[in-house]
Amino acid sequence: MHQLTIAELKQSLENKSFSATELTQHYLNRIQRLDSQYNSFISVSAEQALSQAKQADEQLSSGIAPPLCGIPIAHKDLFCTKNLRTSCGSKMLDNFVPPYNATIVENCQQAGAIVLGKTNMDEFAMGSSNENSYYGSVKNPWNRDCVSGGSSGGSAAAVAAQLVAGATASDTGGSIRQPASFCGVTGLKPTYGRVSRWGMVAYASSLDQAGPIAKTAEDVALLLNVLASFDPKDSTSIEQNVPDYASSLNDSLTGLRIGIPKEHFSEGLDNSVAIQVREAIKVYESLGATVKEISLPHTHLTVPAYYVIAPAECSSNLSRFDGVRYGHRCEAPKDLDDLYKRSREEGFGEEVKRRILIGTYALSAGYYDAYYRKAQQIRQLIKNDFDEAFKDIDVIAGPTAPSPAFELGALAKDPVSMYLEDIYTLPTNLAGLPGISIPCGNTPDGKPVGLQLTGHYFNESRLLNIAHRFQQATDFHRQPPPGID
Amino acid sequence: MSEKLDAEKVKSLANLARINIDDAIIGEVASSISSIISFVDQLQAADTSQVEPMAHPLNAKQRLRKDEITEENQRDLMHTIAPVVENGLYLVPSVID
Repeated sequence: MHQLTIAELKQSLENKSFSATELTQHYLNRIQRLDSQYNSFISVSAEQALSQAKQADEQLSSGIAPPLCGIPIAHKDLFCTKNLRTSCGSKMLDNFVPPYNATIVENCQQAGAIVLGKTNMDEFAMGSSNENSYYGSVKNPWNRDCVSGGSSGGSAAAVAAQLVAGATASDTGGSIRQPASFCGVTGLKPTYGRVSRWGMVAYASSLDQAGPIAKTAEDVALLLNVLASFDPKDSTSIEQNVPDYASSLNDSLTGLRIGIPKEHFSEGLDNSVAIQVREAIKVYESLGATVKEISLPHTHLTVPAYYVIAPAECSSNLSRFDGVRYGHRCEAPKDLDDLYKRSREEGFGEEVKRRILIGTYALSAGYYDAYYRKAQQIRQLIKNDFDEAFKDIDVIAGPTAPSPAFELGALAKDPVSMYLEDIYTLPTNLAGLPGISIPCGNTPDGKPVGLQLTGHYFNESRLLNIAHRFQQATDFHRQPPPGID
Repeated sequence: MSEKLDAEKVKSLANLARINIDDAIIGEVASSISSIISFVDQLQAADTSQVEPMAHPLNAKQRLRKDEITEENQRDLMHTIAPVVENGLYLVPSVID
């Protein structure tokens, strides 16, 4: 059952090949048996899942089943889940059990999805390797000596190891696409404002966006149909109709114009990645697309701009963790200042503190213009690069990450090198565009490589269509990691 | 623009951010933050004199709603997850002696 895609599971559940309860129990058994190898879950909600499955079976029998009825999923542990711990990968929220559901959690529940648990992540979504989690690193199912990528490493690894059919995730600088690339699965970051962030723990509010990870583009489309909505409770939610993302998956690619940014194939790109991505582009040519080289001339400034904007916004967002209303509180504070300072010292991990301090520096008196304002000007230049490029292309293709999954610990002591891992994914966040990563082959040592496709605003349908047609022509997305039966 | 952050500067930032930092690691933190600041200082070389800072990628305007009460009082519910409450109030160390 676990090899099946969401689309296939839907069919099997409707045909009564197995029940939602059997499917849920099967996945729960797999998690119990296998997840100690990957550490992809922080919490497993077996009892709740089985009760949801029972309800799904009743709906399936009645013949009026909602769109994800009986489909086992998991939520990244930064989406608030009522009565289910939401730790955000942090000691700060180790004891936090939200009294309400995030909008997308509610959407999934309404759609009949079954929540198996909450997935591991870099603390407060800050990281590119999932090594910054208070609950330990996630191991890559393709090679357990390697990282899963981050920050949605648990969601990507759980899907790759077939411990869940699909998962929610979030992407501030590549946190859906990069782990999807490292784990050989499909992950979409929608347009900024497409998916509600109400009830999602905030990191950098001008960049954060939620989205799905699954085996295939078709499954991602089915999940996005449920996740995407206009939400008056999220001030950044954009009021725009949600199309049926699954309805245009098979559209022809004849005449599709693909732009290849030369800056994404320059110094720093691992040759084994470049080879697979170039092969993938040839597949598109065989499907009727035309390819031209384009330039995104400000690419070299994206990492520095991001590492001003994101820390600045996080230093503001994370000021809410004060040891007073919820979360970690230090023992025996001697005064209010001590309560704040020690609760935050004890509750936050090293990388989170580092980013808060950088953000505090960038926003402090006398530095605002030189850092935050300057970075927002650079951001405009980056967006202008995309606007110019999209004048005569439909989609941008290139590598998702400059390297395949690296070894655990390899970059842990070198934050700047770790930050450079996000060079190809960050521009999309800074410009607010949608992007998807799909598996497009393996390196000679058997690690998956991701192809990133970036589309125009709110054009997720076209992006999913382009990804789906590639998956119709190839079978990389159907290859399980070695040892996964 | 680039400046090397010393221990005193980091202590002052940590105070602004209300995070305690142990003296034993302050040098290490200063050097790590300095290297990141010097990395992001690449931005200074770009000419942005004619560029407006981006406020929103889609130039969206802040959506406003009517000034009406939309939420019920959930004080008791919210207090169930607080570390310490007393008589319906969050408890903090005394501020005034």
